[in-house]
Amino acid sequence: MSTEPQSGTDLGSARAGSPQDPAKGGRARKEATQGRAASMLIAPSIVVLTIVIVYPVITAVFQSFQKDSGLDPATGLFVAGGFAGFSNYTHWILQQCTAGGVTVPCPPGTLGAQFWSSVSTTFFFTVVTVIFETAIGFGMAVIMARTFRGRGLLRASVLVPWAIPTAVTAKLWFFIFAFEGIANKMFGTSVLWTGSENPARAGIIIADVWKTTPFMALLILAGLQIIPGDIYEAAKVDGVTAWQRFVHITLPLVKPALLVAILFRTLDALRMYDLPQIMTGGANNTTTLSILVVQEIRSGNFNSASALSTITFILIFLVALIFVKSLGVNAVETTTVSGRGKAK
Amino acid sequence: MTTATATQDTEPAAHVNTRSHNRRRWASARTYIFAGLIVIWCLLPAYWMVVTAFRDVGFTYDPTPFFSHVTLDNFRAAFSTDTGNHLARALANSLIVGIITTLISLMFGIFASYALARLNFRAKYLVLGFILAASMFPGVALVTPLFQLFTDLNWIGTYQALIIPYISFALPLTIYILVSFFREMPWELEEAARIDGCTKTQAFRKIIMPLAAPGVFTTAILAFISSWNEFLIASQLSNQQTQTVTVAIASFTGSQPHQEPYTAVMAAATIVTIPLVIMVLVFQKQIVAGLTAGAVK
Repeated sequence: MSTEPQSGTDLGSARAGSPQDPAKGGRARKEATQGRAASMLIAPSIVVLTIVIVYPVITAVFQSFQKDSGLDPATGLFVAGGFAGFSNYTHWILQQCTAGGVTVPCPPGTLGAQFWSSVSTTFFFTVVTVIFETAIGFGMAVIMARTFRGRGLLRASVLVPWAIPTAVTAKLWFFIFAFEGIANKMFGTSVLWTGSENPARAGIIIADVWKTTPFMALLILAGLQIIPGDIYEAAKVDGVTAWQRFVHITLPLVKPALLVAILFRTLDALRMYDLPQIMTGGANNTTTLSILVVQEIRSGNFNSASALSTITFILIFLVALIFVKSLGVNAVETTTVSGRGKAK
Repeated sequence: MTTATATQDTEPAAHVNTRSHNRRRWASARTYIFAGLIVIWCLLPAYWMVVTAFRDVGFTYDPTPFFSHVTLDNFRAAFSTDTGNHLARALANSLIVGIITTLISLMFGIFASYALARLNFRAKYLVLGFILAASMFPGVALVTPLFQLFTDLNWIGTYQALIIPYISFALPLTIYILVSFFREMPWELEEAARIDGCTKTQAFRKIIMPLAAPGVFTTAILAFISSWNEFLIASQLSNQQTQTVTVAIASFTGSQPHQEPYTAVMAAATIVTIPLVIMVLVFQKQIVAGLTAGAVK
């Protein structure tokens, strides 16, 4: 009985309960009985997730290797589809389009030709927004961590952008950035914000930073709050400057939470769709991968759309993997089993 | 704060005292300046949305910073179906889809999270990893296969066509947040109940469920918000009948072609946002706890 509360109270002891633990004998038996209960409790969720995620993804992967059925433009005969090899992937990655039965480089203006530009747009948005959101979010978190009158108001107001749906955020900033809108009036400019590449991208980035920095700030704040205050007091007594305290105490201690926040935001930014879709419709080099997939679906090319969505998925997965492996990000302590051993 | 004041009081030299006092005053002033800037930055665009929503359409681009030319016409226009907008129906759709998605996610998620938080078993980290990976999953990778599948099944325009993909992000989110709530609960009480003769199921129902209720409630709010705010899947897998609010707002049309009915859109946006903002502010503490759950543990 006495081992019971300890066995599963938190992750720390749960991790200690992994096979390396010296107190192994009783644990193993306990794990076996608990394992049966656990699998009964977890199985339904796994089944549901398999139906709603794994099954569609497998369908998509299968489809991405299928040929389009239809009339062959060269011969005029009906083609039944069938195995297409990697042609749907090379269509995107190597920019190979089929015209009149022969493979040619994708002509500019077609969706196929936009692949690499949308990859670079996606990464551009991701890198820029995550950098801004991390920097500003950190600043916000530091302020929110302080004790002062009116802190409640501050904490409440940062939740407002977070609570507003992204689609609404997009419309709101689209209106703010309208030609006659308040942004141009406030700064005395007459920029056609959504009319050319740089302003359009800037507008989307600003809207995204506004919408998601609070989330970042809250995650970082949670990390800041677990740093015990007496460490700072001790450092102050020892005459450590504020900057040194930040670099040598705050940063290392907040690093795990910070990295998790950056990972979350990065993966989220890589699938960015709502803001550019609503603000520019993907015009002026703001087409992200997600937008390109939807456009490809809309033009009825499901096989190549499947290939593209698989590429997107793999890309995001790779970024997550690189994060976990190289930085030792440890989301929920346990992001992945593989990340667990190496990260320590 | 109290310790800092105490240190200050015990400091011997008077001039040091004033210097550090001044420095502290400057530091506190700085805090207020930055806090003010953050509040303004966060609230100003939202404020502008509300101001525009209440402004006469003839003054759409009026830069007056406070409420002026106040009218309720925009709200009437937002709900009007004359120009092909169905905001009321969209609100109902979002509500139905959101509630069902949340309930299903909770139904499955509660049991899984209990096991993940409480029980020791070998595949635990594998399951957690799978669920975390699922929550990071790009929605667009689901849209392609589901669009075809639901077209074949003639499901486009049904609620299940939205609820099924919504579960793909709501269920991992639910499990993820609940696990960290469950980890922090006083489980000794369950032990006590067991000793007093409760079965494991009874202990769960009578002791654990009431204790877990706040966490479950917070999780429900977060799951609901995530499905209320979803746009990509809804825009592809719904039709006029099942359109959700985000899609309705994105495709809001006015009476004049090529002229965005901004004031009406902002009114619609306000209607969609205000309940959410109120809910978030009321349950602020729990929501922040839920949002940051797992990130720091």
